[in-house]
This record gives sequence, structure tokens and C-alpha cells, in this order.
Amino acid sequence: MSVKSLEELKKLREKSKKKVSLRKDGKGDYIELMVGMATCGIAAGARTTLNALMDEIQKKDIDNIKLVQVGCLGYCHSEPIVQVNEPGKEPIIYGNVDDKRAREIINKHIINHELIDDAIIIETYKKP
Amino acid sequence: MDTVRSHIMVCGGTGCVSSDSEKLITLFKEKLSSVGYEKEINVIRTGCFGFCGQGPIVKIHPDNVFYVQVKLDDVDEIIEEHIVKGRIVKRLLYEEPFYKRKVQSTSKMDFYKKQYRIALRNCGIINPEEIEEYIAYDGYEALGKALLEMSPVEITNILKDAGLRGRGGGGFPTGLKWEFTSKSPGDEKYIICNADEGDPGAFMDRSILEGDPHSVLEAMAIGGYATGANSGIVYIRAEYPLAIKRLNIAIEQARELGFLGKDIFASGFDFDISVKLGAGAFVCGEETALIHSVEGKRGEPTKKPPFPSESGYQGKPTTVNNVETFANVCPIILKGSEWFSSIGTETSKGTKVFALAGSVNNVGLVEVPMGTTLREIIYDIGGGIIGGKEFKAVQTGGPSGGVITTADLDTPIDYESLKNIGSMMGSGGMIIMDETSCMVNIAKFYLDFSQDESCGKCTPCRIGVKRMYEILERITKGEGELEDLEKLELLANMIKQSSLCGLGQTAPNPVLSTMKYFKEEYIEHVENHYCRAGECKDLLKYSIDPDKCIGCTACAKVCPVNCISGKAKEIHEIDKNECISCGACFDACKFDAVIKP
Repeated sequence: MSVKSLEELKKLREKSKKKVSLRKDGKGDYIELMVGMATCGIAAGARTTLNALMDEIQKKDIDNIKLVQVGCLGYCHSEPIVQVNEPGKEPIIYGNVDDKRAREIINKHIINHELIDDAIIIETYKKP
Repeated sequence: MDTVRSHIMVCGGTGCVSSDSEKLITLFKEKLSSVGYEKEINVIRTGCFGFCGQGPIVKIHPDNVFYVQVKLDDVDEIIEEHIVKGRIVKRLLYEEPFYKRKVQSTSKMDFYKKQYRIALRNCGIINPEEIEEYIAYDGYEALGKALLEMSPVEITNILKDAGLRGRGGGGFPTGLKWEFTSKSPGDEKYIICNADEGDPGAFMDRSILEGDPHSVLEAMAIGGYATGANSGIVYIRAEYPLAIKRLNIAIEQARELGFLGKDIFASGFDFDISVKLGAGAFVCGEETALIHSVEGKRGEPTKKPPFPSESGYQGKPTTVNNVETFANVCPIILKGSEWFSSIGTETSKGTKVFALAGSVNNVGLVEVPMGTTLREIIYDIGGGIIGGKEFKAVQTGGPSGGVITTADLDTPIDYESLKNIGSMMGSGGMIIMDETSCMVNIAKFYLDFSQDESCGKCTPCRIGVKRMYEILERITKGEGELEDLEKLELLANMIKQSSLCGLGQTAPNPVLSTMKYFKEEYIEHVENHYCRAGECKDLLKYSIDPDKCIGCTACAKVCPVNCISGKAKEIHEIDKNECISCGACFDACKFDAVIKP
């Protein structure tokens, strides 16, 4: 394949950019999804949650999300836990996130900007 | 499912590869598949991160965690803790030498904070063996823009306005060089990339070619278009196998996508690049010698004029630029000359890459804006002198440059200021020396290098440098005379004025500059047979500690040259002029009274 115009190069660049989009230093405009994956989280099924989030992110082709595994978030009664950090907004923490709820987070919260009220553990939580 | 959520970047520069980073990559991949994460986490081999003293480097995205000195045994912990549980392995983070605190991300590290990366923009960020990754970071956009939207004159003008100067050491304006070749009559022209990096301790060009080879290829194609050349040649020394391998991969990939070859970007412009391996002679960094070597002749310089821009490779107009110079071209085309000329000093624009080595905490590759002071480089970026020792001097410009002392630490670095203080920019080697380095010995070291690398064509360099070296050898052995210092200076100036090429013209610089700033050390060597740094072994003499000596005579009995005097039960003394430093007295003394130099 030969690139014969700036337009073609641009297309190739957009395609290639997705491959390297994770490598940005600093927070930028990324939405951060934190999945609690300490021993308790993993035991409660956080791995399934993580897989579901990844799958849904890929299906909906969202590229401004950073999916991060973190240690214990401290809400052991409601594992698996997912925390959503959107730039300029208060972080939201969801509890008991199974496969179905994980997909709901992507579709409702991330795409439609609707909070899933009954799954929220704590709404306003100040980061240290 | 193939969404990737994390990239483990492992440094694949020569420094890290030599401390097993290739095995790290294999082990990371094995371990990832054993925990079932092989599809969602990628392991990527990158170019040099620059922090070579702390290698092997492993950086994890998107968490932006920077691990240093990662050993094969650490892989399990990184996977199990960081990747599976999301807990940072603190013990592998970098610790700032001064504050003794651990730092997680590069943006908070003193080593990276003061750097400004143009030439090294993609090193450590992309996989150099994947052209798509280079394209993702605006790769080949500058070539497209140049071919489709700019005329050759516009390109040389933008480089002239930007103020880009040759990064190989000479500092000749690049735009002007390109203009000369483009104006030279001739249907066949060439553009050559000088990757014959020969300064001891310098590895800027190697790291750029290893970490971001496409940036050089793209700039060569732009240079070809601007000067009217359809062929490019990369002249690289055979002792850089990794750089050569990545260069060849890059050329192949660029051909596949049509960035090299016929009718690039459907503009009608043809350009291709070949690689020529050099045997590794210092003189071949000189452009006329380099061209002869490419032609298959002996690597010997010829006099200029004619300049290569008139009559170079095969007698055709030829442009020769250094690797780092090329690496600066594409950003200038994309961002404009105003952006570039806003960085740096009045006469020197942009940035310069330095290879920081010697007695400094953070050994590695750094890129700083022109005008940064040596103090900032050594103390802020370099983290100060190892073991808290005292700074003595810094050598820039390698065997062609000179030493810079404490007095000039606050000089903003550019081509002119370094020349004014008796050194030069050179290609960017920067060797830091502390109080334990002997300046006479350093001068001798560089002269040894120059006399070894002299091609032998002209007498001043072939014989003169050799004589200077012999004088220095005498001085470091304690056999020098005060007259020798005058002879050194006389010879140095003669060689500078009468040598054919840059090698000879600059070879005496290390001697002249150390004699200028450390004359007293030369005199001490000659008059007192004393080396204050303790580096000249022939001048080191044993002595006896009067507080510990009980007068047992054991030392005097074993001394082969009878230079120890003293009666029984009295304190003994060593005659330093007679002592041959054999160490027999040291071994014989049962009371630790003999002091080893």
C-alpha cells in the first residue's frame, strides 16, 4: 500500500493513533475508570467487571477512557467497586458492579451522562 | 476482545539491552500469558528513554509509572502487584539523589523536568520498528507538506529563518548548506547523513537512530527535495549493530508505504536511501574523509574548497548533515521557523542533546534548550556529583574540545559562548570530572585518542600530536621538565594552524585548555613529581605514618632500592625520590604504618 496524499496519511494516522492513545503523560481530558482489584475485589469478581468494561468500551469505540486497576478502595461490603473520574467533576463510586452493571456504566454514565442512582455508594467524595 | 488497556514500555536502547532488557521483554510476555492478560496488555520495545544510568527502564501506561533498574527477578512482582492488583512496586521507583524521595512519574523527576525534547521527541515513546507508531505522532506529515505545498526555496528559507545549525559540532547554518547544494549546477546530487559518531562517551546519534529512525529518513527525503538530490546515504559505523538493524527495518517500511521510492506523495519526486557501513574511524566524521570512505576509498580528508556542496560524492554536489540536525528538521517544517527560533539564545536556536557521562549521578542522554547553563545540566538534571565529591571540570566537545571549570559553570551554553571559554559544542559529549581526575592525565587520554585516530595524511597531525603525547607521557611519569610545558604550547599552536582537517586543527585543544585552567597541576607534576588527584600511578609514592611506626626495621629490610632510612626503635622514613612504588614495605609492615598511595 502506498500513501499518495496528505488525506490518506491523515487516515492512517487516525487509525494508528488509537494504538498509542494510552501513552499520554498527565491526566488530560481522559475519563478515568478505576476498578478495585485488590484480593477482595478479585474474589468478588472484579475480573469479570474489568472484562465487561473493556469489551463495552471497545464496542462503543470510546477512545478517551483510561481503564485503570487500583488497589482496595475500602468499600469491602460492596465489591466489585468502580470509580468514575471525569475531568472537572466529582468522582462517583459504584458498588456491586457485575457484568451487566459495568455495561450500564459505560452506556448510561459515560455515553449519556446519566448517573445510575441505585448503584452509587457515595456521591461526593473528596480526593485527598 | 482486543482492547488494550495498558502498555508496558521496555527500553530497547543499547544501554538497556546490554543489561538484559531483551530478556525482560520475553519474560514479561510469558508472565502476562500465564495470568491470562496477554491480549489486554501490550509489551512494547521502545527507543532510549535517556536515563541510561538507571537502566533497564520500564514505563507503564496509562498509569504513567516509571520503573528503574528492573531485573529479571522483578518481573513477577510487577505483573502480580502492578498489573494484576494495581499496586505500584515502590522499591523499583527512582529515588532522587538529593532529597532521597521516590518519584513515580517522569514529569516530576528533576532529570526530565528541565529537558525540552525536539530531536528526541519520540525516543522512549514509540516502538521504532513500527512505522505506524511514528505516523501516529505526526510522522511523514512534514514530508507530505514539503512535497505538496512548499517549494525547495521555501524549505531552505524556513530552515534559515529558524536558525538551525549543524549539530555535529561545527554549527554551520543548515538552511545555508542546503541552499548551496541546491544552487550548485548538476543533474545528479546526493544527501548524506553523517552517523559516524566518534567522540568517546557520546551516543546521541546512536540513540536517535535506535529510537526514532524514521525522523532521520523523513528529513533526508525533505533535504533531497530541497537540494535536488534523489539519493540519500546514511554513513554509519559498523559498531552500531542495533541502530543499523532498526534503520534497515525503517527504510523497508518507508518504502512499503511509499515514503521512499518513486513518485512520493504523487508529487513526481523520487528519493531512496541506502546505508553504508563505516569501519569506525574518527576522521571519517570529517565530511570530505566521510565522502571518500563512502566512495570506497581511504578515509582521508582533502582540502576545502571545493566544498562538498560543489563537488562531493562522485564529484557531484553533496550535502552532509549530522543525525541530530536531521532529527530537528521535521518539527520545524510542521511548526514553523518562529516556533523554533523562539527557543535558545541569540545566535544558537533550538535545543542540543548531550550525552552526560562521568562522575555525575544521572548518567544519560539529555536534551536542553540552548542557553541552559552547565550548572543546571550537572546539578539539576544530572543530580550532582557522585558520592558528594567536589566538581572539578567538565569536558565538552570530546577530543576536539576542552575543559570548563567551576568559574564558567553559569555560562549559558551555545556555540559561541563555549568557544569563548576555550571549549566547543562538539557533537554533544559531556564528561563530568571530580577532584579525583588528574587534568594532565585527561589531556593525555584525549591525545592518545587523537594520535591513534590521526589518518596520517598530514605531518603536523601525524607527527606533532604524537610528540605532544610523548611529552605528556613523560610528565605523568615524573620525567618532565619545565621546558616541556613551553614545547607543548608551541607544538599545539603549530599543529592547530597547519593541520589539514578538523581532527588535527582541534587535537591540541584538550592540552591547551587544561594548561590554561590547571597550569599548577602541570607544574606540580614536573617540579614536585606530585599528582594531586592521585591518578598518575608513577608519581604515587609510599610513606610512613610516624604515629604508627615503632621502628621495627621490617620495611627497610625488604626495600629493594634501600630508600627507607631509620635506626631500630626510631621512626623510619621513605625517600620519595628513590621509591619505585613496589609495595614491599606495605606488605612487610605489621603495624599498618606504611601508607599506600
